[in-house]
Amino acid sequence: MAIKKHKAIALISGGLDSLLAVRVLQEQGIEVEGINFYTGFCVEGHTHAIRNKDKDKEKRNNALWSAEQLGIKLHIVDIIEEYKDVLLNPKHGYGQNINPCLDCKTFMVSKAVEWIHENRKDGFDFIITGEVMGQRPMSQRKEVMPIVAEESGADDLLLRPLCAKNLAPTKPEREGWVDRERLFGFSGRSRKPQMALAAEYGFEDYASPAGGCCFLTDKSYSDKLVDLWDSRGSREYELDDIMLLKVGRHIRPKPEFKLIVSRDAGEGQFLTGYRNQYTTIESVSHNGPLVLVDGKMEAADMPLAAAIVARYGQGREAEKVEIAITSPKAEPSNIWVQPMRVDAMPMEWHV
Amino acid sequence: MGATDAGRCDADGVACMSAHELDARRMLCPMPVIKAQNEVKTLEKGDTLAVICTDPGALHDIPAWARINGHQVIETEQVDDELIITILVGE
Repeated sequence: MAIKKHKAIALISGGLDSLLAVRVLQEQGIEVEGINFYTGFCVEGHTHAIRNKDKDKEKRNNALWSAEQLGIKLHIVDIIEEYKDVLLNPKHGYGQNINPCLDCKTFMVSKAVEWIHENRKDGFDFIITGEVMGQRPMSQRKEVMPIVAEESGADDLLLRPLCAKNLAPTKPEREGWVDRERLFGFSGRSRKPQMALAAEYGFEDYASPAGGCCFLTDKSYSDKLVDLWDSRGSREYELDDIMLLKVGRHIRPKPEFKLIVSRDAGEGQFLTGYRNQYTTIESVSHNGPLVLVDGKMEAADMPLAAAIVARYGQGREAEKVEIAITSPKAEPSNIWVQPMRVDAMPMEWHV
Repeated sequence: MGATDAGRCDADGVACMSAHELDARRMLCPMPVIKAQNEVKTLEKGDTLAVICTDPGALHDIPAWARINGHQVIETEQVDDELIITILVGE
């Protein structure tokens, strides 16, 4: 009688740990496919595509790259809408910034469970992740790892090949689908064991071992998101909102509106795509950045906004600069302003 | 998005394959990949899907996605700031 070949779905972030976790199981003859969840906050791709300074970097999506290295299929799932509830109402709270890491991990594993049920015909038996005990302060502590398994509904079908030996045996181990002895017991924040294993498997060009993959762990990004919520009096957001937080300098001269100032041609080109949704401001008499107005700017605020925009263009030393203000709903207007002096702009305006 | 009238047929005229188009302009990766992936799920082997996008990241990501999932990029064209990446649907 033929022995059934077992099949796992792996959460692929694009980092080293998930790459290794899959390879560990492939070494045992387990068939693996990957799943990657897109929340809108993932670092992958966006800023590489937008900013000039990143143009030299290869524009690759590390989850796709990992899947190709491993020779596995990858399913990318858009969870932007559903993720809002995870971010806004995390049962287990936030980490250092507004990163709901434990709820996020639980949610993603629960989505993998759901995906297995929806794709029952493909015969997936269990789920794997690249988690390493103690590596991340919130979601990968020993005491919370069982919480993820339980609250996601994966229970003992959630296997973490890199730290399995530190945890109770899961069903794939107990049933002999995988050999527990050939799994690992990594723990702690050191990346050396993973890097050694990567070398053993011949992986060289993997994503930065120290890199996270979520903007929500970034203080500057979190501050901008909180500022957005505060200014609106609501924590609702759309994908465009969270994209724009990744681009440009954000300057809030008044509570009612902020200016998003492109920092280079790449960002200017990106912001151009928003001209039909937002009021834009740019210098006409001198070269300068394209600036988006987010919020409600009154006519009386225009000279102030224009002076700030002039300060970021090549006319910053000029006596007067001509500025064009273009709204999707109104006739464009041009005004001449004196550029705001660098030392006249309060630091607290920078979000 | 949807089928164009540029369908192709086998020599016997039985198995018709259709050409489809997907508008992924202004979307940042991985959204063009996700949209293409979801659209391909609704198509048959041999159909084509032309993904029109503006994020240069798609030049790398869509072919990578196609390779690992058994599809093939058969044409890549750039018209001004737009990229048209045509996928031949595999198994």
